[in-house]
Amino acid sequence: MSTGPHTRDRIITILESVKDPEIPVISVRELGVLRDVGLAADGKVAVTITPTYTGCPAMDVMAADIKQALREAGITKVEVKQVLSPAWTTDWITEEGRNKLKAYGIAPPPHTADIRALKGCAPVVECPRCGSGNTAMLSAFGSTACKALWKCNDCLEPFDQFKCL
Amino acid sequence: MSQALNTYTLRLADDLLILSHRLSEWCGHGPILEEDIALTNRALDHLGEARNLLTYAGQAIGKSEDELAYGRMERWYTNVKLVEQPNGDYAHTIVRSFLFDAYHLPLAEGLTRSTDAQLAAIAAKAVKEATYHLRHSSEWLVRFGDGTAESHQRAHAALADLWTFTGELFETDAVGDAMVKAGVAPEMAAIKAAWNNTVDTVLAQATLERPVDGFMATGGRKGLHTEHLGFILADMQHVTRAYPGASW
Repeated sequence: MSTGPHTRDRIITILESVKDPEIPVISVRELGVLRDVGLAADGKVAVTITPTYTGCPAMDVMAADIKQALREAGITKVEVKQVLSPAWTTDWITEEGRNKLKAYGIAPPPHTADIRALKGCAPVVECPRCGSGNTAMLSAFGSTACKALWKCNDCLEPFDQFKCL
Repeated sequence: MSQALNTYTLRLADDLLILSHRLSEWCGHGPILEEDIALTNRALDHLGEARNLLTYAGQAIGKSEDELAYGRMERWYTNVKLVEQPNGDYAHTIVRSFLFDAYHLPLAEGLTRSTDAQLAAIAAKAVKEATYHLRHSSEWLVRFGDGTAESHQRAHAALADLWTFTGELFETDAVGDAMVKAGVAPEMAAIKAAWNNTVDTVLAQATLERPVDGFMATGGRKGLHTEHLGFILADMQHVTRAYPGASW
């Protein structure tokens, strides 16, 4: 795979600094948005990303951030491609990513993006602040396309939930 | 891409683009904060799907998504008339979306099995979002119908007003038939059956009576629209028409 001064592993390490612009604690890799890094013989780097939500406005920012992070590391020949298939699912968020979401105050999505979760019979959503399972959804639509608005009935704090997709 | 596939893709795109624009008009005007956010989220989902479809349709004819969105006049838009109807009160907005969502979800489900890989990929993303949309509009319709006398009356009036625009969703023509034959599009009869089922179930829960089918509006797929579309396009396109080619 590796020709020239860059290796695939090094590029992936560099991309670890690229965060979701709307959830700046989680990297594009941890979010599952980063699908592939390709290295051509001429040294050109092809980064493949996939959108979380169809209309996610963060995608253009992520693509620009990826190019900038690589440019700062001296890698200038970069192409960022968007693919739709296979469709992103919340199951692609890594375990460390889920923990970071929780620490940031966003309840991670139910583990399986199955039809039960989509239809609203999701397992209990725990409050990311106090850990209580006594929570209620206020709205299926939250501060960004990927989040729902919940509140905790025990500590009374409202919180975002990364919704199941 | 065949001419029929191009026309079909544009129809799918135009429905979503125009409905997205209508929903975005609620931005900052929602009845409560959560609904303001919900409608703009939905507008964004529809816009995202429309952009993917416009990009796909445009690739075949050498046009960008922007050129297709900002460069076409009313007669070139092929959305159904339902989605261009004004927002009205909140019951009108919810009923309009409900009638569309109940069609959009089974359509997207069917398209995930399309022989056209790109339409199938776009639908695979849309189908999960459409599930949220239908749940949102269904819950509000039940709340209105089974709520107070006034909310019931308003939901009833919205249904009566918009019912005439539902026939067009299921129209078939040479383009649609060719797409079904090629395995690109799902059978319209199956989508209509799913739509009937959803509408009957939710209306029963909402204690609302299903309107009787009467005159059904038509023409949208041929570029013949109600007067409302021109105003939408004037709003959507005036900047690009005033400053052609401008970018920022």
